[in-house]
Amino acid sequence: MKNSVPKIATRADLDRVRDAARSAPDKDVREKILVCTGGGCMAAGAKAIKTALTGELKKQGLEKEVALVETGCLGPCVVGPVLVMSKERVFYQGVAPADAAEIVQEHIVKGRIIERLAWKEGPHKTPLPLQAEIPFFKRQTKIVLRNCGVIDPNSIDDYIGHDGYQAVAQALFSMTPETVIEEMKKSGLRGRGGAGFPTHLKWAMARKSPGEVKYILCNADEGDPGAFMDRSVLEGDPHAVIEGMLIGGYAIGAHQGYVYVRAEYPLAVERLQRAIEAASERGLLGENILGSGFNFALEIRKGSGAFVCGEETALMASIEGNRGEPRPRPPYPALKGLWRRPTVLNNVETFANVPFIIARGGAAYSALGTERSKGSKVFALAGAITISGLVEVPVGTPLEDLIYEIGGGIKGGRNFKAAQIGGPSGGCIPREHIAVPLDYESLNALGAIMGSGGLVVMDESACMVDVARFFMEFVQEESCGKCVPCREGTKRMLDILNKICAGDGCPEDLALLQELGGQIKAASLCGLGQTAPNPVLSTMRHFRDEYEAHIVHKRCPAGVCAALLVYSITDACTGCGACKRACPSAAIAGSAKVKHIIDPALCIRCGACFKACKFGAVLKA
Amino acid sequence: MILTINGITVEAQTGQTILQAARTHGIFIPTLCYHSQTGPTGKCRMCLVEVVGMRGLQTSCTIEVAEGMVVTTESEALTAARRLVVDLLLASGKHDCLSCEKSGACELQDAAYRLGIERPSFPVEEVEPTDESSEFVYFERQKCIKCGRCIAGCNAVVVNEVLDFAHRGAETKVVCDNDVPMAESTCVQCGQCVQLCPTGALIDKKARGKGRVWELDKVNTTCPYCGVGCQMTLLVDRGRNRIARVTARQVAPNRGTLCVKGRYAYEFPSSPNRLTHPQVRKNGRLENVSWDEALDYTADRIKTIVQRDGPDVFSAFGSGRITNENNYAIQKFTRAVIGTNNVDHCART
Amino acid sequence: MNPHGKTENALPEVLTGNSEAEFITSIIAPYRDMPGALIPLLQAVQQKFGYLSDNALRSVSDGLGLPLAKVFGVVTFYSFFSRVPRGKFLIRVCLGTACYVLGAADVLDCLQKELEIGVGQTTSDGIFTLDVGRCFGACGLAPVIMINDTVHQQVRPSQVPKILAGYRKSLLSALENGQ
Repeated sequence: MKNSVPKIATRADLDRVRDAARSAPDKDVREKILVCTGGGCMAAGAKAIKTALTGELKKQGLEKEVALVETGCLGPCVVGPVLVMSKERVFYQGVAPADAAEIVQEHIVKGRIIERLAWKEGPHKTPLPLQAEIPFFKRQTKIVLRNCGVIDPNSIDDYIGHDGYQAVAQALFSMTPETVIEEMKKSGLRGRGGAGFPTHLKWAMARKSPGEVKYILCNADEGDPGAFMDRSVLEGDPHAVIEGMLIGGYAIGAHQGYVYVRAEYPLAVERLQRAIEAASERGLLGENILGSGFNFALEIRKGSGAFVCGEETALMASIEGNRGEPRPRPPYPALKGLWRRPTVLNNVETFANVPFIIARGGAAYSALGTERSKGSKVFALAGAITISGLVEVPVGTPLEDLIYEIGGGIKGGRNFKAAQIGGPSGGCIPREHIAVPLDYESLNALGAIMGSGGLVVMDESACMVDVARFFMEFVQEESCGKCVPCREGTKRMLDILNKICAGDGCPEDLALLQELGGQIKAASLCGLGQTAPNPVLSTMRHFRDEYEAHIVHKRCPAGVCAALLVYSITDACTGCGACKRACPSAAIAGSAKVKHIIDPALCIRCGACFKACKFGAVLKA
Repeated sequence: MILTINGITVEAQTGQTILQAARTHGIFIPTLCYHSQTGPTGKCRMCLVEVVGMRGLQTSCTIEVAEGMVVTTESEALTAARRLVVDLLLASGKHDCLSCEKSGACELQDAAYRLGIERPSFPVEEVEPTDESSEFVYFERQKCIKCGRCIAGCNAVVVNEVLDFAHRGAETKVVCDNDVPMAESTCVQCGQCVQLCPTGALIDKKARGKGRVWELDKVNTTCPYCGVGCQMTLLVDRGRNRIARVTARQVAPNRGTLCVKGRYAYEFPSSPNRLTHPQVRKNGRLENVSWDEALDYTADRIKTIVQRDGPDVFSAFGSGRITNENNYAIQKFTRAVIGTNNVDHCART
Repeated sequence: MNPHGKTENALPEVLTGNSEAEFITSIIAPYRDMPGALIPLLQAVQQKFGYLSDNALRSVSDGLGLPLAKVFGVVTFYSFFSRVPRGKFLIRVCLGTACYVLGAADVLDCLQKELEIGVGQTTSDGIFTLDVGRCFGACGLAPVIMINDTVHQQVRPSQVPKILAGYRKSLLSALENGQ
């Protein structure tokens, strides 16, 4: 049986719970081990490490003195599983269950830092044990991720202890809905889902819309491949999203909210569900919240695997139980949204910013960022980058700093070729623009978009035509099929790109792609179609020579497009016969211990010989 | 309210869309998915217009008019967008007008004609096979442009709820129930989908090969089957003296709908079994007689019987297939001439 | 029954026919009062049976009073709904950008060869179904595959046989324990 927990019925109750939560651990506990249980570290075995540490602490009789806490994503997923010793914030990476004994013995009992598990920086792999010294963390400004890696996402008390739900209390008791919106205006916050529409404008429109019933929705259908910040916020700090929605609901006059989470994020759904249950149990969701008279209920709706449902009107159609087909705007959702009622939809990251803005003031938020793009932005670093993971920086931070100073540069010391930003709606930033400040305007000027902040870094081994083809295949498969330009047009663009990658491109194809792309952008119904050609148009703009190499010279400079590769065998060949055996088309000839030869007429360019050769004697060009 | 379309000042009512306001004033905006019966969806993108103060191109079928709005319906950008739509649709299936039943009445063909597109710039797709299963509706999927009019008609106009879209993206298709052949579905063959289809995808099966729209005479008439009085147009092949097909008219009382009988049971006027002369049974056989003889014979018999057995042995039945005036005359005759109240009508029960 | 169904890593039960109608009847009540109930109900039915049979679609259509074509249209729109039975373990290979750039296609090739099935197919023993996915948000660990709800990170083709063997073993021991 679950103990019933006392309701938090007033603002004073909330303060009491906060104070209790703040002092409680410090009384008996001298050290907290924060084990990262973000999606990345979970996949790397964080649970097993926690189990091992639990056993070890018990063995040493330290379970009362040392607390083990599961916390949200700390950021550098690639070196996971990671954990932090809370007292001095010593950071350990690549931890294995076998390390538990050493951590307890050395770090906790003897107070010695284990350098083996510390962060290694620079060419000399200098160990940097303190989180505050590590460049990856030092250059970041965490607002959205303020609690990730600090609190236990499954504990509402921990959240309250870190000033959680104080912002909503402040809004309910010291502010009117109008002053809340005014504060949002001061903050300059723009929607973090992609388009960058000013949040306060959306809220103000919905506030003014006539109607008793209004809805506030959270878009957690983070579909852009390469973006995982919303997932991490839901997994690491779900109460911040709930609090942001509460404040938004109060501001626009909504009493019902929905969070639409993608089905690919089971852990996020689980933690958010638990957070909603805890908040409801304590009275922070439901009727008469904190005795203010404000009612607000929150429900999760799970997606079912359709990228287009990240588009706001498609998301609403999906919540209504329909095929996720977007609706024409106007009427805008602020006037007629979910079930034709005034509705505000913001994404996870946007809502996670709200409690900070209300508690600390819009000015504190707008102090960060550029002239027109304020605050901080979370980016997901992935691809050919040394430290892939999640980072938060002030808007306007140069791409170069993100990649080299925070992300540790390109993996394996290779050269940067491009950064794909904004997913299927975005574009590629080439090397000559690597200094671009990451803000809405600068990125738009280069044919990319801020998008949700997925940043996939590519080195010379990436073929930009193939990348464009990849995205076109993606949007073509994810197009809902409602409007003609997107349904039929993206298929035609994909056909042309497939043709180019297969070596059958002709010079007119580029003009046709350009024209089709422009028309699809102009004529499509929703944001998906209106941005679908971007990856193609942006790569054509910045990497035209690569397209021309494919079309004119029938060559793939990066060595990716299989049909355009030519395989040959060098003098390094020992005549072992592995390639000959692997070849499915009998294109390789040669006797034992004699250099083999590939017959280009018979070669089907499958690459089996390349993979089979243990001596690096097969060349592809 | 007053707005400007292509520099012309027009008056429109609140709640009207730009498309409605334009059409009221004879300003042409092309459409494919819009139909007054099924309403706007914003799918086909043919009705795009430019509105001053609004970003990008807007669908005129969905945007309501506003005071002082300034709209342009023709521009280079709009023509380019429309050409793209028609070009892509022509390549999306087998739109071969030469042998198509719908040629001459096809909205896609009209759009291609207006834009001067002879053949698509892309290779033509192979698509799903034709559903020939049903009695009256021939569903040639390769001519479907996924406008959704049949679906809206089936679900919102006649509320039979048989059709819907399934799958997504380029795979999107119109299905009956859970994608069964139409004959095995819950379809009642009202033909509303055929009535609404802008292309040759949904065709009256019995009309195939019976002539195209310009070869047939249009005759407006009232459906003879029941008392509702549905208004319909017969497409008549004068040479062969037969009805090729029937469509509903967009007027009261049926406003573009018909039932399965009204739409598809139209062969009886040219049936060889139809009575074309009055007949009287003589020596146990029916023989053709003149109208005078037939009427005299009937009058005599009624008079004789009523005089012998009294008026209450007489009873008259009116019919839903004759006019109100005819029915009025029947009851008047029965009451005033015969002197009985034994009057009834097929539509009473 | 909570209509929002918490995610569980449980194996779907293999049941068909009338049991679907019975199950749907037994859980339908809260869904009837729920706005937009179709998708959550379909999710609950698929969670229970592993897929959505024609019988299930018909029962859902009857239960919520929605046209069968509409239910069918929704089911076929969303890629997570399956109308054919799937294996005990659903393997999804992420083909998001980061995974694609770091060699997800090779992992997919290897899985196809190992399992001797194509994308969307199920092994003849009914253990594995192979599918592709759109970014699981584990891009920092690319390439990843997801087996039921478990993410496997930085997968190299050479690791595939071992991963599959692990799942086969877990199924065997589950059977031995009479589950």
